[in-house]
Amino acid sequence: MLRLVLQRLALLVPTLLGLSVLLFLWVRALPGGPATALLGERATPAEVARVNALYGFDRPLPEQYLTWLGQLLQGNFGVSTRTGTPVLQEFWLRFPATIELTLMALLFAVGVGIPLGYLAARHQGRALDHVTVGVSLLGVTIPVFFLAFLLKWVFAVQLGLLPSAGRLSSSMIATHPTNFYVLDGLLTREWDAAWDALQHLVLPAVALGSIPLAIIARITRASVIEVQNADYVRTARAKGLRPSRLRRRVVLRNAMLPVATTIGLQVGLLLSGAVLTETVFAFNGIGSFLATAIFSLDYAVLQGFILFIAVIYALANLAVDVSYGLIDPRMRAR
Amino acid sequence: MDAVDGPLLSIRDLDVGFRTDQGTALAVRGASFEVHAGETVAVVGESGSGKSTTAAAVVGLLAPNGSVTGGQIHFQGIDLLRAGRAGIARVRGKEIGLVPQDPMSNLNPVVRVGRQIAETLEDNGVVRGPAARRRAVELLDEAGLPDAAARAHQYPHELSGGMRQRVLIAMGLACRPRLLIADEPTSALDVTVQRTILDHLDTLTADLGTAVLLITHDLGLAAERADRVVVMYRGEVVEQGPALDLLRSPRHEYTRRLSAAAPSLASARLTPARPSPPRDAPDTPDNIVEVDGVTKVFRLRGPGLLGRGRDLTAVDDVSFTIPRGTTVALVGESGSGKSTVARMVLDLLTPTAGEIRFNGRAVSGARRDRAAEVRFRKQVQPVFQDPYSSLDPLYSVHRTIEEPLRAHRLGSPDRRRERVEELMDAVALPLDLLRRYPGELSGGQRQRVAIARALAVDPDLVVCDEAVSALDVIVQSQILHLLADLQQRWGLSYLFITHDLAVVRQIADEVCVVQGGRVVESGPVDQVFEAPREGYTRALLDAIPGRSLDLGARSG
Repeated sequence: MLRLVLQRLALLVPTLLGLSVLLFLWVRALPGGPATALLGERATPAEVARVNALYGFDRPLPEQYLTWLGQLLQGNFGVSTRTGTPVLQEFWLRFPATIELTLMALLFAVGVGIPLGYLAARHQGRALDHVTVGVSLLGVTIPVFFLAFLLKWVFAVQLGLLPSAGRLSSSMIATHPTNFYVLDGLLTREWDAAWDALQHLVLPAVALGSIPLAIIARITRASVIEVQNADYVRTARAKGLRPSRLRRRVVLRNAMLPVATTIGLQVGLLLSGAVLTETVFAFNGIGSFLATAIFSLDYAVLQGFILFIAVIYALANLAVDVSYGLIDPRMRAR
Repeated sequence: MDAVDGPLLSIRDLDVGFRTDQGTALAVRGASFEVHAGETVAVVGESGSGKSTTAAAVVGLLAPNGSVTGGQIHFQGIDLLRAGRAGIARVRGKEIGLVPQDPMSNLNPVVRVGRQIAETLEDNGVVRGPAARRRAVELLDEAGLPDAAARAHQYPHELSGGMRQRVLIAMGLACRPRLLIADEPTSALDVTVQRTILDHLDTLTADLGTAVLLITHDLGLAAERADRVVVMYRGEVVEQGPALDLLRSPRHEYTRRLSAAAPSLASARLTPARPSPPRDAPDTPDNIVEVDGVTKVFRLRGPGLLGRGRDLTAVDDVSFTIPRGTTVALVGESGSGKSTVARMVLDLLTPTAGEIRFNGRAVSGARRDRAAEVRFRKQVQPVFQDPYSSLDPLYSVHRTIEEPLRAHRLGSPDRRRERVEELMDAVALPLDLLRRYPGELSGGQRQRVAIARALAVDPDLVVCDEAVSALDVIVQSQILHLLADLQQRWGLSYLFITHDLAVVRQIADEVCVVQGGRVVESGPVDQVFEAPREGYTRALLDAIPGRSLDLGARSG
């Protein structure tokens, strides 16, 4: 197992290197340039050239790339051309919010999706099954931003049960050593702050997690139905296994393999979906920052953020591969 | 258990129905038979005869859309159909054990085999905890699994088919049931393995006094293993009685057909091979295929990224010839390399060493010349084992048979249609099947379609890789007759790859026995069958079920 992890981590290096080249070229292929975005349409060529020289954008591309790569290896992600702050500093400010939101959404999707799919499979063809299939279809078809507005309107505006925007109530004064607000509250024992942050997470997480939930529920349902009809389940029944053991050990465990794959794929969807959800709930994550970075062609920010997302995505899928091995011994041999 | 007078298991007028879109289909109709304590009863029939459904009904494990619609099942005097879910669940595993058919799919792939037996013991209240684990090892050992203590810690995928079947036997007998239902327990295994496992099962159940309900499609095997035989056909019990009586004087017409078709009992070639004239010519024998010292080495990937690879010699210096117009069979167990030889003859694999000549020309050389390869592909056609997966499910029967004609750009559409109809006629399929799809055909019909497709381009050589292994005995016999008949009419040559010596006897002129990649014995079929020189050949022959039966005068 350790061997697999090390192998995969080693494979990550060439993957990221290749991605960095593509990313570097892609960002520069966008129309316009950071200098024009910074100085506006009426900037004189001389001014543009000055800004380009300042950031080194006048150097040959290979040289620019190598400089960037060299800095990356030293942990320097460059400086934002728009705000002038180091990219890394922006990371620590905003990424925790997005990760917190993504994790909550994933937790919601997995925590509700798997039991829902399992129950639907057990009651295949009956009312609960039809409801689940219908709801999951609805979950996939409703656009995230629409669901987000709907949730906000019902639960925050009409019922007033949950906060409608932001990461923390404005009246709440708390310290933030890690910028993961819930974690901060727990670490500093400011329980009320943790609770408040958690409440702020609920609606965005539900909105963001709805599509993954629907997909996970459907895959779980299909997978459980398939496993239920497998020969070894019949044999397990024939040998007199207790129903509880049959469900846990035989059906559920065997059905989890395709579900694990799906969950890994959802992480990417969640990260990209977070941008929209954050906007609706005025959640100060990377979403809005990334959007402005695209419009202002903030090379360093774009490159750094996307690379970072790629690493998270790769690690999430590595976690999925490790979970394969835990679920299914046949995967360990490879 | 308190002794109950009368039979251990009694099935009376059993009806089992399956709900389908077209209404309820009866899979078992009015079946009645009994199993007494300690007795072995075999239920024989082809697939779809209701034999497995009957067994499933006994333990209450019918498919979700199936249900018992009439009759009674009494086990030790208890009415199982009235016992309710909990009642049947109490009996399962503890009183009635089950050994299922396919060892590959019947073990939980994610749990160690020892644990799977231990949980059987625990859930049936025999022993728990460490004692259950120790008992599981004992049971595996008893079922004949070598090195049981170590094997108990392995997962199913780390064991061979034969070992897995032993695990399933250990599991079925774990709680010392009074009745063991063995549903085709060895059909998926090699004949020699099949024999040792059945022998072992016999001894075990005899020692324990367990009654056995043996479900099988092989009448020879049933007669050899059972005290009494129950013959089922289309959901009904058509005949039952003591095994030998039934074989010697079958009363029902279906039993007669079954016993005539049973390959294990057949004794001679279906149609005598044409005395091929060229073979008499002493100087130049006319061989369509010459396999000359062929070796195939596969490189196995080692563990890890940089792991050292390992060489596996799948075929080791194999030589044989196929005289034109005759059938040569390669027979061997799984892993013997016989299919690798077939793939090399088909030029789907290139030999590592040696040469294969077809009509005097090197086969693997054809690859370099596109036109020569097309010519070669037209002359040599394959028929594969599984008629379910070797036909494209999206092609109609007509399209399937026409496909090779199109590929080789033969004839106009009208001419092709005529040819397809001719071929349908040759393989004895009605023309109204032409518009059907493979999913709508039976296994035998599909294999006929596969044969028609192979014959469409008028090949000289047909390579049949286990072409009849997946079929029921009666259908198998029909297909073998068809192949023999086509050979006589069209002068085809066959290379027959099979694990089943009984099939060899029915179809082949010459046989090569393959073991571990080498030909250990070869010669004319009669000679090899009557006077086998090698111990391995003898073991294979002895393993054919039903061979030991003395059936007296029987017309072939």
